[in-house]
Amino acid sequence: MIGSVVVVGASLAGMHAAHTLRREGFDGRISVVDADDATPYDRPPLSKQVLAGDWEPDRIVLPAAVEDLDLDLHLGRRAMALDRVERFVRLDGGDRLGFDGLVVATGAAARWLPRSEELDGVHVLRSLDDCLRLRTALDEHPNRVVVVGAGFIGAEVAATCRGRGLDVTLLEAADVPLERALGTRIGAVMADLHRDHGVDVRLGVGVDGLEGTDRVEAVRLADGSMIEAEVVVVGIGVVPNVDWLAGSGLNVDDGVVCDETLLAAPGVVAAGDIARWPSARYGEYLRVEHWETAIAMGETAARRLLADDRDGEPERFDPVPWFWSDQYDRKIQLAGRSRADDDVEIVNGSLEERRFVALFGRDGTVAGVLGMNRPAHVVRLRALVESRTPWDEGLAAAKELA
Amino acid sequence: MRVVVDFDLCESNAICMGIAPEVFEVRDDDFLYVLDETPPEDMRPKIEEAVQRCPKQAISIVEE
Repeated sequence: MIGSVVVVGASLAGMHAAHTLRREGFDGRISVVDADDATPYDRPPLSKQVLAGDWEPDRIVLPAAVEDLDLDLHLGRRAMALDRVERFVRLDGGDRLGFDGLVVATGAAARWLPRSEELDGVHVLRSLDDCLRLRTALDEHPNRVVVVGAGFIGAEVAATCRGRGLDVTLLEAADVPLERALGTRIGAVMADLHRDHGVDVRLGVGVDGLEGTDRVEAVRLADGSMIEAEVVVVGIGVVPNVDWLAGSGLNVDDGVVCDETLLAAPGVVAAGDIARWPSARYGEYLRVEHWETAIAMGETAARRLLADDRDGEPERFDPVPWFWSDQYDRKIQLAGRSRADDDVEIVNGSLEERRFVALFGRDGTVAGVLGMNRPAHVVRLRALVESRTPWDEGLAAAKELA
Repeated sequence: MRVVVDFDLCESNAICMGIAPEVFEVRDDDFLYVLDETPPEDMRPKIEEAVQRCPKQAISIVEE
């Protein structure tokens, strides 16, 4: 019988796990640990509303953090080690939290450019702290903001900075943003959208280094050119926070490896950006860094912990990923997955209008649906991905929607 | 029950429409329309799911 659960990580996945444990009737102790001392919060507004100055941090508090769930919150405390044999998590400070069940939800940390952490004016954007520091820097009206990396975080930051009237350069080392996921044609639209709004987009060029002694003064590109900038935002991806699990015996390989029920080891589940699990739908292991996936994983992982005490098969986690990004007045949504080598067809609208729906096909079935300002269509066509509709049938169904 | 949407928060993600298309519709003008503000009681589970799943927490149920 599970008597106590420790949840390491109080962001979306961890808090939904805690909430689900209570909703499922678990009344033992739930301890939640997070190195961030802020009241658990939602991340998407960090690159948008909070960064823009439209919202203050109180508007992004996670509901589960203020509901009466009877949680023992250990905020501002870092998990340092996991002992699966004696079943405890050791915190900084040396104290231990014993558990019967453990939820690993420590997420991921933003990558920095080499030797850039000590330079003033260089930022990453992952935590509320990062956001508020960057926001303060933007309040100073920097001469230019250079965003390194045109993934979704970089793109949203560029859009928000541009919305604040700042001069922005967006750098992407690949030929188009999100090339590996969207391919050349759709990826190009992601760059054009920024150019529509006056962002200086440079594609196919990497960063050689940053100029400046204590403060950044310019970005030096691989082609030798220099871009003067007082603020640089690095959006080149994240690395799963797995260091604390060294020596725990958990299978760690670009995240914590779980089975299809999100079990990483007996009595241990993982959820959120840190979790890697086998998707039957896609025939490979996935680690997905998306909002809705984090919630669904937190909920499923919690139920998995309780499943051994209850009757019935543990449920398999294999949803259709759902992702969205808001840039300027455009909403980009993706149901499923896309890869550069997929078949792609625009089934509604046009790239030029910046309003369209694209289907991505792989192995003869619809693998993903991407929309720009077509939310109703994406929501309805999501079913094509869920049921693995054959490609031709999927195309016909999509084109029929007005 | 009455379904209430805070349109200051709504961003037309249309997740609600995916869950309860009988009640929520995002149209081509990109706006969300509540088709039935007082849906029948048997729709409660779907409405509650829409409330939970809305990324902006823009939906609420008011008991009348």
